[in-house]
Amino acid sequence: MADEHTTAGGPPVQEPLIETPSSEGRLTRFYDHIRREWQIYLMLLPTIIWFLVFLYKPMYGLQIAFKDYSIFRGVAGSPWVGFEHFETLFSNDQFLRAIGNTIKISALNLIFGFPAPIILALMFNEVLHASYKRTAQTIVYLPHFISSVIIAGIVITAFSPTAGIVNTVMGWFGLDPVYFLTQPQWFRPIFVGTGIWQEAGFGSIVFLAAIAGVNPSLYESAVVDGANRWQMMWKITIPSILPTILIMLIIRIGNVMEVSFELVILLYQPATYETADVVNTWIYRQGLQSGQYDLAAAGGLFNAFVAFVLVMTANTLSRRFSRTSLW
Amino acid sequence: MMKWNLYSRGDKFFAIVVSILIGMFTVATLYPFIYIAAVSFSSGFAAQAGRVVLTPIEATWEAYGYILTDPQFWISYRNTFIYTIGGTIMSMLFIIPGAYALSRPQLKGRRFFNLFIAFTMWFNAGLIPFFLNMRDLGLLDSMFGIILAFAVNAFNIILLRNFFEAIPQSFEEAARMDGANDFQVLWKVFVPLSKPAIATITLFCIVSRWNGFFWAMVLLQSEEKIPLQVFLRHTIANLSDDDEFAIVQTAAGFSAETVTAAIIVCSIIPVLIVYPFIQKYFEKGILLGGVKE
Repeated sequence: MADEHTTAGGPPVQEPLIETPSSEGRLTRFYDHIRREWQIYLMLLPTIIWFLVFLYKPMYGLQIAFKDYSIFRGVAGSPWVGFEHFETLFSNDQFLRAIGNTIKISALNLIFGFPAPIILALMFNEVLHASYKRTAQTIVYLPHFISSVIIAGIVITAFSPTAGIVNTVMGWFGLDPVYFLTQPQWFRPIFVGTGIWQEAGFGSIVFLAAIAGVNPSLYESAVVDGANRWQMMWKITIPSILPTILIMLIIRIGNVMEVSFELVILLYQPATYETADVVNTWIYRQGLQSGQYDLAAAGGLFNAFVAFVLVMTANTLSRRFSRTSLW
Repeated sequence: MMKWNLYSRGDKFFAIVVSILIGMFTVATLYPFIYIAAVSFSSGFAAQAGRVVLTPIEATWEAYGYILTDPQFWISYRNTFIYTIGGTIMSMLFIIPGAYALSRPQLKGRRFFNLFIAFTMWFNAGLIPFFLNMRDLGLLDSMFGIILAFAVNAFNIILLRNFFEAIPQSFEEAARMDGANDFQVLWKVFVPLSKPAIATITLFCIVSRWNGFFWAMVLLQSEEKIPLQVFLRHTIANLSDDDEFAIVQTAAGFSAETVTAAIIVCSIIPVLIVYPFIQKYFEKGILLGGVKE
């Protein structure tokens, strides 16, 4: 089979003999196919090359997780060290702390961040005044499109100890100013709260679409039975959008290792590493700032492996419970 | 409002309470932006003392004067436009033909190619190998490197491929009768019919390019190449612990807070300008995003 492919692109061995069912016939048929359809292969080629160069070649480079990598010897030339880096990782308090922080932040995101867009969508569904609803939606979708640098800039300004609005308001109630961003116990509430502020509105779109898909006759017959809006929300709307809720929940669980580390980098500081440092920020400091590429790559491989297992499990669960897998 | 009259007293009460809650959430979403705008127009003293709540205190343009006369601000603003426009065009050059090829039933190895692309959604090598690869390719501190290396992602290709697959064959057949080849079919039939999907992907590309920060920070060293987001980050990080700046500002009437706020306002304005136009697309787009392999 392999020979067929390597010779197929070359010049024809003989004139096409479509009737002959021999291997040569297949070969010429393949040649004919390429000659007829070369355009679609040409269109696909740049994309395939791009994936090879920018996504698959780094996967080959991932082997440095098992090597004593040096810049001068390169990926292929560096000597193998087996699982040494992984042993270092799992005896490294900072790495273990980063795993713990990642899971804790994700858990908070799940508990507080996941229900927020659902509640918001259910509430939007009850607003009758169309232009009021439209305006509110336009505004709450907006923060999704704002970069994390700006979000961090807003948070830093608002929570600043002397100048920030949060401390100003606390001052009105006679509370002492707090330098929030230097105190480990405040990092997670601020981080998760910022996430909700930024994404709850945009996240409600999916649930609003699910609500729009609910069969209107269900509501009509509920009205005939004398149900009120509150009852309809619990008895019709929520059960109807349950599959969507489940799928979104599963996607969330699949992404547990993916805390938006860009925002963490922008908001944390050494004083708050204790609660703020996540796996990707640890990799960033260890690898890109301190140049311990091999150890950091091992951390990244571990993270990617856990994420891969989680996503696959999530999809299997989704397939089982909702008969609608993600792919 | 017909429905309103049919509502019972309890339902009316419920609807009013919900509307008020929505209003509160909307105000909470909007307030930080208003606050930042107010800070940006306040005097440095007022901002530092935490006296700004809703409107500018001791209103002044000083912070904007400081930012808008900084040549680095304009350089990075220009760069952000280059990355956004160049990057989006680059994405389209890969994604549109690639998605078309993958949507063709006659493509041999189609299953393999689809898996080849989708696999990168579930597993990627991570920060370090990606960075080392960029270095090996000689794309560190390269504007072209930034534009090329983030041009494609599996999600966008699959989204567009699904859209292409749903186009009825009859459209294509008519063009084939006229002797159109694949490039012509793509350009004259598929692209015009897929405007909503292409608009959505363009939107995703523009937003991610405009906001792109992390890799620009890691990969770019030259000041003349950095985008606005990196400049903004540098400014925020430097102003707050720059003693020299602290002395200059007091005399000039601005502070680290007002300058930071002014840059935030300047970099949000383009987003606010295009936002109303893109809104109709992202609502559709997110629903197209029900990606299946």
